[in-house]
Amino acid sequence: MIRLDNLTKVFDTPKGAVVAADHINMEVPTGEICILLGPSGCGKTTTLKMINRIVRPTSGKVFIDDEDTSSLDTQTLRRNIGYVIQQIGLFPNMTIEENITIVPKLLGWDKAKYKERARELMRMIALEPDAFLKRYPSELSGGQQQRIGVARALAADPPVMLMDEPFGAIDPINRAVIQDEFLKMQQELKKTIMFVSHDIDEAIKMGDRIAIFRDGHLVQYATPDTLLAAPKDSFVESFLGEDRALKRLNLINVREVVSTNFETVSPRDSLESALQTLDKCGYQHAIVMVNEERQPVGIIPRAVAQVSKGSCHDYAQKVPAVVNVNDDLRKAVSLMLAHDITWLPCVDDEGRLCGHITQRAMTHHLGARFRTQQATAELADPMAEE
Amino acid sequence: MPIQSLKGVFRVLLLVAIFVAGAWSYATGVIEEFIFYLPDIQFLTMEHLWLTAISGSLAILVAIPLGILLSRPSMARWAESGMQVLNIGTTIPTLAVLALSMSLLGIGVVPAVFALFVATLLPITRNTYTGLKGVSPALKEAASGIGMSPAQRLIRVELPNALYVIFAGIRTALAINVGTVPLAFLIGAGGLGELIFTGIDLYNPLMMLAGAIPTAMLAIMVDALIASIAFLVVPRGVNPARRAAHA
Ligand SMILES: Nc1ncnc2c1ncn2[C@@H]1O[C@H](COP(=O)(O)OP(=O)(O)O)[C@@H](O)[C@H]1O
Ligand SMILES: [Mg+2]
Repeated sequence: MIRLDNLTKVFDTPKGAVVAADHINMEVPTGEICILLGPSGCGKTTTLKMINRIVRPTSGKVFIDDEDTSSLDTQTLRRNIGYVIQQIGLFPNMTIEENITIVPKLLGWDKAKYKERARELMRMIALEPDAFLKRYPSELSGGQQQRIGVARALAADPPVMLMDEPFGAIDPINRAVIQDEFLKMQQELKKTIMFVSHDIDEAIKMGDRIAIFRDGHLVQYATPDTLLAAPKDSFVESFLGEDRALKRLNLINVREVVSTNFETVSPRDSLESALQTLDKCGYQHAIVMVNEERQPVGIIPRAVAQVSKGSCHDYAQKVPAVVNVNDDLRKAVSLMLAHDITWLPCVDDEGRLCGHITQRAMTHHLGARFRTQQATAELADPMAEE
Repeated sequence: MPIQSLKGVFRVLLLVAIFVAGAWSYATGVIEEFIFYLPDIQFLTMEHLWLTAISGSLAILVAIPLGILLSRPSMARWAESGMQVLNIGTTIPTLAVLALSMSLLGIGVVPAVFALFVATLLPITRNTYTGLKGVSPALKEAASGIGMSPAQRLIRVELPNALYVIFAGIRTALAINVGTVPLAFLIGAGGLGELIFTGIDLYNPLMMLAGAIPTAMLAIMVDALIASIAFLVVPRGVNPARRAAHA
């Protein structure tokens, strides 16, 4: 857990005092990623760097796991916090192995232990230890270097990590890959992470919580979904963008919206009984045909069932598209738009049918989440004012 | 291809030239006279090297800590003016430095070593300072941010990354040093200058060459020596020479 208590930084500059962070209060629960988000110059980096004292706070306190960090000496504090910067900052004079074992060495681990740790870290970031450990940073691509930067920060297994736009210097394709890898790692490692970003999409993807900054103030601190559903003021609203409802599609799994109450036909059924099921369930367009493993193998459109006679097997048409229940709604919507359909069969990882999802269900779900969040926001707000 | 064959032609011409020069010098008795100077050359070369070694190592021992000191953040206020003083110092001709040194310390080895020390000090200090200042702020922040103390940061990150520039300074400084030692003869410190200046005085070109050629060879050898030390000592990741060799 990281807790900031009235953390403030005033820079004295020749042009006068600049308040880079103004009484910031927030708490990041253990094991969560908190994204500091906002336009350039709003104080994200300053706030982050006050935690490991690269920037000395003017006033206020930082607590890590309820311990006031001002009682720790600077080196001890920093060795127990993983730190990743945008410029990566690998030491070009050291091999990859020397780079990622530097903190364990500073902490006095013995050689066998930190060498083994280096190999373990390389496997974690999906780089072959034997191929990379003896190389120098200049011999690696930007994406590989940034992975090493993350490995170096993780080396001594610190409970807390600070990351300042860590993936900002990487091209978009590699960035998405590294983000995914990092999220996968985080699922196991459960670090408490403060992560600076100026990219709203990155924030929504990576963050358990997002803190929006403006001119040194913390404007809103909430989960991504709350933020998108109920931005606190017009600044947050405009920062999130006009398509913020669409961004929420990323945050919701098909699983949450899928309707499992769903009739199917089998290849041996007759078209007549298929039409009956269609009528009984009120399906307007078509019904899915499944095999013995409950995998969708075709669809029977209503029009076909109405005019033809025979077995489903002979008249089935190709399934236009299916969506995995673990995918997000964005993927489901995209498939619907691409195939000009308003519903999709949903399958599990084994490809077995487990329900269907309709456009109506999605819009209803989003609207319902929006309404409940508005209600809670309204309830919470008057208390915050006091 | 044409360049290759051109190179071949040059090589042949060079060999022919050396052969002709050798034959000519043998025929005119130059070689015999050179052999006559050999004991002098040997003795004076040792003296020459000794002056370089003493003044050079003193300079390195003082210049590197001085450069480090000036590059520390706490010294930032004075560093720039300190470097200005050093830069002005560099523009003073070494002969003038020798003269000043002699007027302070008299004649002999001590003022000569002192003057050589001063002339050698400046380039090394300057390169140590600029090399350390040139280490990227991101590296320094990363080093501090992962918990290195200022001393650990200096030794493990700043110095290794500045080492190539520091060695470049040492090379320049020692080249100046070896080339300046002959002047030390003028204030009575010996060295190969003895043959050069006496040769000039006596209008004896051969004697002059007996001093000049070993001086030039010493300069080349010292330079090669420092270059190979740099090649071995500067870590591969920040060593342009070795990175080129690796690629
Ligand atoms: N070392 C410094 N000296 C003076 N002003 C600074 C310094 N660092 C940051 N600032 C100022 O503080 C404000 C916040 O900066 P920063 O935290 O870097 O913003 P962000 O990371 O959100 O882009 C800016 O106005 C910036 O100019
Ligand atoms: Mg920043």
